[in-house]
Amino acid sequence: MKFKILSAVMISSLLSACGPAAVKDDGIAGATDGQSTSAQVGGLGDGSSLTGTELSGAQAVVSYERNAINDVNSVLAERVIYFDFDSDQISQDFLDLIAHHGKYLAANADMQVRLEGHADERGTREYNVALGNRRAEAVRRLILFQGADAGQISVVSFGEEKPVAFNHDDEAWRLNRRTELVYQSR
Amino acid sequence: MKKTLLSIVLLLMLNMNSALAVLRVEITKGVEGAIPIAVIPFVNSGRTQVPEDVASIIAADLQRSGKFAPIDEQKLIARPKNLEAVNYKLWRMASIDHIVIGQVHVVAPQQYELQFRLVDVFKGAQVLGYQFTANDKTLRSVVHHISDLIYEQITGQKGAFDTRIAYVTVERKQGLQPAYKLQVADTDGYNPQTVLTSAQPIMSPVWSPDGTRLAYVSFENNQSEIYIQHLLTKQRDRVSSRAGINGAPVWSPDGRQLAMTLSKGSNTDIYVLDLQTRKMQQITRHWGIDTEPTWMPDGRELIFTSSRGGKPQLYRMSVKGGKAKRLTFEGKYNANAEVSPDGRSVVFVHGDGKVFKIATLDLDTGFLQVLTEGSLDESPSFAPNGSMILYAAQSEGRGVLAAVSTDGRFKQRLVLSEGDVREPTWAPFKP
Repeated sequence: MKFKILSAVMISSLLSACGPAAVKDDGIAGATDGQSTSAQVGGLGDGSSLTGTELSGAQAVVSYERNAINDVNSVLAERVIYFDFDSDQISQDFLDLIAHHGKYLAANADMQVRLEGHADERGTREYNVALGNRRAEAVRRLILFQGADAGQISVVSFGEEKPVAFNHDDEAWRLNRRTELVYQSR
Repeated sequence: MKKTLLSIVLLLMLNMNSALAVLRVEITKGVEGAIPIAVIPFVNSGRTQVPEDVASIIAADLQRSGKFAPIDEQKLIARPKNLEAVNYKLWRMASIDHIVIGQVHVVAPQQYELQFRLVDVFKGAQVLGYQFTANDKTLRSVVHHISDLIYEQITGQKGAFDTRIAYVTVERKQGLQPAYKLQVADTDGYNPQTVLTSAQPIMSPVWSPDGTRLAYVSFENNQSEIYIQHLLTKQRDRVSSRAGINGAPVWSPDGRQLAMTLSKGSNTDIYVLDLQTRKMQQITRHWGIDTEPTWMPDGRELIFTSSRGGKPQLYRMSVKGGKAKRLTFEGKYNANAEVSPDGRSVVFVHGDGKVFKIATLDLDTGFLQVLTEGSLDESPSFAPNGSMILYAAQSEGRGVLAAVSTDGRFKQRLVLSEGDVREPTWAPFKP
């Protein structure tokens, strides 16, 4: 069953839900990321993989087709990996998610991802830059295991400088200890 | 406490700089046994008003050092206009050891002449006296210099009032990009000047040993890069933008080299860049995180943060390489050290993983002293005379600057009128 008629609706909803780029507080980076994501959305006209059952959102869709990255119901829609304090160990909960992104990149050699490592505000700022870098590198290594090319992945650490949660409590800290996957198309 | 005095200063400051967010000084913990001193309002013999209250600036400076207790202007028992008019017996009765008297007047538009004398009540004589000229731009600096001379005469230690501080501010407004600013101000928060504005984070400012330049980390190109910026010429030089981390810059004491942190993959190590030849030399080689280098005053050794033992701790190592010696053993988190000007101790962030305070470690005895009571204190920086430590803290959910005397007895806070302020770094003495 095809839902081509939904495309227009999809585009607007995707624009507002284009992954972490839309919620990020940063300026220049967020703006360009958002643009590149919406540029991809334009190619949705032939979104032949979208079916009625998938859009219901009951189950995340596993598909590594190029446009799967624009599907809000795709497993690839989740793009944040969270970490424990002062740790770059990837928890069991995120292994499958990282594997999906790795397989997607392996299947789409023209896609690129930027891994942005972050830390919570506790501890010193430069140490947190190093920690954020390790968190992003830990994700990078697992993505490479899936056959993605090293050239598809770039890494940057912002340490504690770009929080998504601004309170000074456990919940805010949990949300800020993260690696974000930011897709860019070439 | 000198609440009135401070609020007068405050009002002046707000009027002058309404366009720029200004740091306001609040004394949070006074000291028993501070030296009483009377700073008599300076006499203006001319008809034209002088734009600054010279005596108030001196009194506020001395107060901020924690070593002096200036007498409230309203409580002065006498206001001698010159040396001859000083009634020594009266001041002795009041147990006031020192008096500052002086004159200031306008010699030409925006040109001032200042004279001051420091009087030792028990000796019954002047112990210090100087005359200065100043213009509108240099007036406050000259007055801070007078404070320095008074401070040095009485304590035997060089004063650091006529120096500057640099810090980073960030303002986040709904719907707008955050505004990061690198600012330089006088040590009392006056004359704030923005030297860099960016929508992306600015980090880790550090002064060159001659005080003419700042090195810092900027993310303006979406990755960390190290810049050196000349404060007068505004000339800016990108000294490192390698793939990965370019962080934690710090000048060698001779100003010829810049130690920094670079990363290769997940491995973070300390490197030293020769600023002349641009040759980069790797110093640490370890799979753990090595970062936040600081130089010993002889330029031969670095102290840095390393996670090689599992948790971040401080280590000391020769710049020629070799074995790193672990310095800290108390507490789970000891990081971001700065060596004291005399090289005898380091100040750093000391924590248990939940709460972070500022502490010093005596490099000879290994004695660790916790100086602050905050929960997220960080980025400590010594005054060039080693008397005070400036650091960043949280107060009611906002980033503020704070200062503590090296013995931990005297505390003050510098609060920005809006937004967060962080990563203070105290400039060296003016040449």
